[in-house]
Amino acid sequence: MTASLVLTVESVLSIVSTLSSGMEIVHVYTKLHSEFGRQCLFSDRPAELLVDVPADQSLASQFTQRTRRDQSLQASRDMSEHRVNTKRFESESCGLNHEEGGWPKDVNHQVMEQTIRFRKKVEKDESYINSILQLGSVMEHCIRQNNAVDIYQDCFEDGEMPEEHQEPPSAKTINVFRDPNELKRTVTGLSWHPDGGEKLAAAYSCLEFQKTSRDMSLDSYIWDIENPNRPELSLKPASPLVCLEYNPKDCHSLVGGSYNGQIAYWDSRRGSQPVETSSVEHSHRDPVYKIIWLQSKTGTDTFSASTDGQVLWWDVRKLSEPTERLVLDPSREGNPERALGAISLDFESTMPTKFMVGTEQGLVVSCNRKAKTPTEKVVCTYDGHQGPVYALQRNPFFPKNFLTVGDWTARIWSEDIKESSIMWTKYQMSYLMDACWSPVRPSVFFTVKMDGVLDMWDILFKQNDPTLSLKVCDEALYSLRLQDNGRLVACGSQQGEATLLEISSGLSTLQKNEKSLLAAMFERETKREKILEARQREIRLKERSRSEQSRSEDGGREDIDQSPLQLMARAEEDFYVLTETEKKGKEREDQDLSSEL
Amino acid sequence: MLVEETLKRIQSQNGVQGIIIINSEGIPIKTTLDNASTVQYAGLIHQLVMKARSTVRDIDPQNDLTFLRIRSKKNEIMIAPDKDYFLIVIQNPSD
Repeated sequence: MTASLVLTVESVLSIVSTLSSGMEIVHVYTKLHSEFGRQCLFSDRPAELLVDVPADQSLASQFTQRTRRDQSLQASRDMSEHRVNTKRFESESCGLNHEEGGWPKDVNHQVMEQTIRFRKKVEKDESYINSILQLGSVMEHCIRQNNAVDIYQDCFEDGEMPEEHQEPPSAKTINVFRDPNELKRTVTGLSWHPDGGEKLAAAYSCLEFQKTSRDMSLDSYIWDIENPNRPELSLKPASPLVCLEYNPKDCHSLVGGSYNGQIAYWDSRRGSQPVETSSVEHSHRDPVYKIIWLQSKTGTDTFSASTDGQVLWWDVRKLSEPTERLVLDPSREGNPERALGAISLDFESTMPTKFMVGTEQGLVVSCNRKAKTPTEKVVCTYDGHQGPVYALQRNPFFPKNFLTVGDWTARIWSEDIKESSIMWTKYQMSYLMDACWSPVRPSVFFTVKMDGVLDMWDILFKQNDPTLSLKVCDEALYSLRLQDNGRLVACGSQQGEATLLEISSGLSTLQKNEKSLLAAMFERETKREKILEARQREIRLKERSRSEQSRSEDGGREDIDQSPLQLMARAEEDFYVLTETEKKGKEREDQDLSSEL
Repeated sequence: MLVEETLKRIQSQNGVQGIIIINSEGIPIKTTLDNASTVQYAGLIHQLVMKARSTVRDIDPQNDLTFLRIRSKKNEIMIAPDKDYFLIVIQNPSD
């Protein structure tokens, strides 16, 4: 690199001139005339090399070429982001007791004389008289004002409630109750307080096998919904609780099923320790997944279900031994080896002798409690899901229909149709963990999924998709409970957060004709299933008779001769026959409907 | 005398249920209600007026509370505050 410095007087002048013309810089330079020397005589001169610095190649080794990069520049102030969070302070509300005070020291306010004397003294005071006169006139003005216009008059007549606002269904989160412990556990069970529902009982446990650590707290909590900062009462069982239920008859008693199979009974007035716990020998051998209070005269009966295959009945006054025991054996022999593990229970108080159990194997078993022999206890089974039936509930308005949730679908069944469900949702993106019907609207039910989404389904409005789908949190939601008024929903997540949501009035008020419309829908679906079932039976009979006939002819040769190809051809044939008959069945039904209209 | 006349005039207005005069410390000087109610009103209203006054003055220090009206479902409580005394009148709506 060579550098040459070339400077002449003329070039300096020209630079100055451009500068001054562009930026209006005026520089005044005064000098006495006598101090001026000879006038400057400018002349052209060729460029004269003053300095020439040749490149020194030896220095190049000390330098490396910098990689070219694009750098953007911004002429702005440096700013930094800073977050501030105030420290949370715990506040508690408590009442204050007011006593009469303010009396001067020498007046004892109990003694009438002294108070009267004090009062008389004040009344004689000059300033008192003046202020009262003045205040009196102001007051009179306002009183007269009140009398002139009736301030409590109802200006707008409250007529009929505005019909069907048709606001889009929505839900908003009111509160989030977080597990106060360091190691977060899943909220596996939720139960609302029976009157009014100002309290929510939540059972915390870790359901993942062998994930529980020694430091994990065993407590479950009762929250007051107004105060999410700390739980109102903590329940301390011997082993974490998987499910927890308030007694609908007695708002102070709770019963909980724990991870080690024991049942414990609490009275919230008595404190955190259970009043009684069942003995380990007679309890379940696996976690108690569901426990429900029964309707009985004493109001102290409950029954519990667990994956060890047993359903046990208890009287909470005496938890040392169950009052009754049922082994869920589908072959009706009461064999505990073959029993199905129970995950969910349902009991409807309008049908006190029947109850239903959802199993790990995907079967729903309907049982009769009052049956005399164990074989009759299991009435029938419904085979629906490919995975455990995590939730099971009868529709509170239509007890013949019940909702089950398991694998990736939610299904609605009719008691009479044992082959399949009458209605089902399409396969969802993630596993459904819990569901329940709305207690006020017969066609609405809620489901929670493993991706943290709460879905609200209104089957009268839309059957293919949920009416409202809300992402409550990022982790899986394990439990769900609606409060009796139908407006508040509590759902519990894997990280121990119980979220309380309020649903818009559109989804929680009974619409006109809802019951009749829903009844008609269930009827229609049940009929469809019945027809399909009948057709299935017919086909099977035909098959059987055909195979019997051919067997009597060939005498068993058929079975051995069937090669895989032949079997496949047979299977294909059967498939086409089946679809044809189903199509025909549907067409027939459509025809029936159109002929009805 | 003048005070008595004023109070009588107020009392005779339509719908007035009771009158209480309390001093700046909350001691009831004059009242037409029974002792228990008076003491209760005096204690509670005194605190409320202090709070209201401080609110008004916090927002604008040049401002001051001149009158306070509490309308409830059943009646209206009107409070006229002064430097040393408060005049409280409970009035029922005129129907």
